[in-house]
Amino acid sequence: MKELVELLAKSLVDNPDEVFVDVEEGDKSLVLKLSVNPDDMGKVIGKQGRIAKAIRTIVKAAASKEGKKVAVEII
Amino acid sequence: MKEVVKRGKTIEEAIEAALRELGLDKDETEIEVLEEPSKGLFGLLGSKDAKVKVREIINPGKKAIRLLKEIFNHMKIEVNIETEESEGYTKLNLIGPDLGILIGRRGDTLDALQYYINLAANKNAEKRNRFVLDVEGYRQRREETLSKLAHRLADKARRKGKDVVLEPMNPHERRVIHTALQNHRDVFTYSEGEEPFRKIIIAPKK
Repeated sequence: MKELVELLAKSLVDNPDEVFVDVEEGDKSLVLKLSVNPDDMGKVIGKQGRIAKAIRTIVKAAASKEGKKVAVEII
Repeated sequence: MKEVVKRGKTIEEAIEAALRELGLDKDETEIEVLEEPSKGLFGLLGSKDAKVKVREIINPGKKAIRLLKEIFNHMKIEVNIETEESEGYTKLNLIGPDLGILIGRRGDTLDALQYYINLAANKNAEKRNRFVLDVEGYRQRREETLSKLAHRLADKARRKGKDVVLEPMNPHERRVIHTALQNHRDVFTYSEGEEPFRKIIIAPKK
């Protein structure tokens, strides 16, 4: 799941080397904390959070296969 | 954008080495020959390697497919991608067993994936490409369902002489309904409300 978020973010930003994902794993849940270069914030959030929402939707679909609840936070 | 300069015994060898380093196919690049190779005298004296400069040119179509494949790899699902060029857009039809996960509730996941691919594949591209994603004809089936629904509700609006309000839909689905009823004799359609709760109203013509 971590790699998926990294891939999704890296393809959108201007500074792919500064994409980091921290994972907090619980029994049934997974929190993925995505951080990018401040200049790239808009590129992973988008107008009215549209890009962030798309990333979350894709990651949720991937996680549903593994039966886990997943949250993507952008920090 | 990525670019490398490489040497090789022949131009082809130099290009190949450059492509390997960049991890790209030839049609995703622009190649400039900086120095022609020469065999020298009897192939011994003064022989010179070829030197080429290879620069990445974003090819949105190729990039879209590569990205999708990587995403599906991470999702651990097997998907074949069929490409169909249409006027103004490229249709990518996803085929494989058990792809309901890619459609999501009312196509939510498919729409998210489509939105994402349009952004990511066109990033830094000189010539943008529009992509429409579909899972085994899901969009077409959905369009048919919506079109049938539109005609049924138009009939209801006409019979009762009252407005019929539909549930919220995304812009694409609303367009399907508007289009289905645009030449209807007895009703007209319009939308009301703010995204994402914008909905269609079918009203009888007075």
